[in-house]
Amino acid sequence: MAIFVNENTKVLVQGLTGGQGRFHGLRNRDYGTQVVAGVTPGKAGQDVEGIPIYDSVDAAVIATGATASFIAVPPKAAPAAILEAARAGVSFIVCITEGVPAQDEARVFATLQRDFPKTRLLGPNCPGIISPGKCNIGITAGEIAALPTSTGPNVGIVSRSGTLTYQALYELKQRNIGVSTCVGIGGDPVPGTSFVDCLAEFQADPETHAIIMIGEIGGTAEEEAAEFIMTHVKKPMSAYIAGVTAPAGKKMGHAGAIVSGGKGTAQGKMDALRSAGVKIGLNPTEACELMAQIVAGF
Amino acid sequence: MDLFEYQGKQYFARHGIAVSAGGVAVSVEEALKQAELAQYPVVIKAQVQVGGRGKAGGIKLANNADEVRTHATNILGMDIKGHVVKRIWVEHASDIAEEYYASFTLDRSAKRHLLMLSAQGGVEIEQVAVTDPTAIVKLHVNPIEGLSLETARRAVVDAQISQKAVDGVAAMLVKLYECFTKGDCDLAEINPLILKPNGEVHALDAKVTLDDNAAFRHPEWDEYRATEELDEREKLAREKNLQYIGLDGTVGIIANGAGLAMSTLDVVNQVGGSAANFLDIGGGANAELMTAALEVINSDTKVKSIFINIFGGITRGDEVAKGIVEAMKRVKLRAPIVIRLDGTNAVEGREIIANAGIDESQLISRSTMLEAARVAVELAGKK
Repeated sequence: MAIFVNENTKVLVQGLTGGQGRFHGLRNRDYGTQVVAGVTPGKAGQDVEGIPIYDSVDAAVIATGATASFIAVPPKAAPAAILEAARAGVSFIVCITEGVPAQDEARVFATLQRDFPKTRLLGPNCPGIISPGKCNIGITAGEIAALPTSTGPNVGIVSRSGTLTYQALYELKQRNIGVSTCVGIGGDPVPGTSFVDCLAEFQADPETHAIIMIGEIGGTAEEEAAEFIMTHVKKPMSAYIAGVTAPAGKKMGHAGAIVSGGKGTAQGKMDALRSAGVKIGLNPTEACELMAQIVAGF
Repeated sequence: MDLFEYQGKQYFARHGIAVSAGGVAVSVEEALKQAELAQYPVVIKAQVQVGGRGKAGGIKLANNADEVRTHATNILGMDIKGHVVKRIWVEHASDIAEEYYASFTLDRSAKRHLLMLSAQGGVEIEQVAVTDPTAIVKLHVNPIEGLSLETARRAVVDAQISQKAVDGVAAMLVKLYECFTKGDCDLAEINPLILKPNGEVHALDAKVTLDDNAAFRHPEWDEYRATEELDEREKLAREKNLQYIGLDGTVGIIANGAGLAMSTLDVVNQVGGSAANFLDIGGGANAELMTAALEVINSDTKVKSIFINIFGGITRGDEVAKGIVEAMKRVKLRAPIVIRLDGTNAVEGREIIANAGIDESQLISRSTMLEAARVAVELAGKK
């Protein structure tokens, strides 16, 4: 088991013929992911190192039975690409594109909610998802993720930041702790998948025994997660919130990472999580050390 | 990007929202011209992106040319909470019967647009939220349905805005929503939205924050970029296309990824130091980028040590190391570098650094984030 993606997931890449799509799509395939198709309008019939290219997501799905899409197209094209995948019946969409306008994200989210309620979007502006040993969609370097063991305990990771996700994967690997699935939900204001969505899945996944959550300043997603954890998550958790020292009113790199009007502070988020029983580390290493202690207790 | 009031008003006007007749001025002569055009009496308003302009003496009424001259002279160059006034806005003074508040933002938690409307305008809305929360009407708008005039009208009635202003305010809300969505705003706020004795409503102030991600479809934003208030370091960083935010500490920071950069600031603080900046060098930390990043950090005279925190995922440690060594040949640094290199090809990277022939007191390598932060903070001196 794993959440959202596993060894049976068939992936198509929208933008496989572009620089990013090609680089990461091929890396994902090298990792063992079933990358079955690429989509670039006007390039049907071509292939990228043996992966066939189709004109539309529809055509790719009909020909290959792909169930997931990896979107690596520029910000202008990303909203249409997401909706095209949803219309073609793709049930899991990973969009790594950085720089999608917030108004577009809000419209895409509302459209998915109304017209394609069964479609799950991860991102935009996210590193992707990896179920180690089974499936890797996105830009994570697969080799830094420890494989889960059949006996456990295995840890699920959910994070808003890319590099901090890698940091967590790497630290767990150094401590020989297996990872069931690692999900990067992205740092934008309207992420398709939230902390709560991932926590619910991890709670239900028998292969996941404990959960690490990495949040950051801005918005209220961590506070909502804390509320959900209190009532729904029985598995032990550790967490880290980036941006304790971030000044108010400045976007810290991510479009969503901003403290404004006294809201979205790291302190508020840590307090909320702490009162939900989550162990809080003051840096990523500490959060992973806390997880090592949790795992040692199994 | 935050707009100045005058830019916000011009942006509003572009979307059909009524604002006072007025113009911007950078000199007393220009202010006199704008006052003639707007017709007396006029209000002269300091253009700074900070609250409390009125209290600081940055907003004055002028009935004639002499008064314009006096006030414009005083306000231009005035320092308001560290912001020097470079421009003033001169507009026709409005008769005010009532003052309201209206804004649109994105409610990230609901993933919907949020209208906030109140019959209590002209004061800080945060204050109203505390003293009289029921005085603020909050309405979620579905981004794919938009805001209809009927819905807007209902919100206005709910907010207990005067009967005679209902139609005018509702129509303005629809226009403000258009401005917010089509204009790609993160925030579009009117405070106060005024009712004049003659029954007209219009925007007496404008607070607009634009979504930088949407700049590609708004060529008209270039003029706003030109007036943005950045410090010298931020200007240099922008020229080099780096994600940089200037801070006040002594440890210069370079990290790959926004999350790791934020985390680096935290760790430096945790061990007793303070960061001079936030700098996300992004994925491809090659010699070119590293040189640019070091140049920006080097331009900050407060920097006493530089902490480079790189976690190799797709970014490879050996390439980062080569980049740093190459950059150090190009830039003469005033402060020593402490580097923490971890992840993909970190071992090879550390070897490259060790064998580069650079004096060990100038380029110090540590294998964890905490250790590296400690060394960097020690070199910079505690805060």
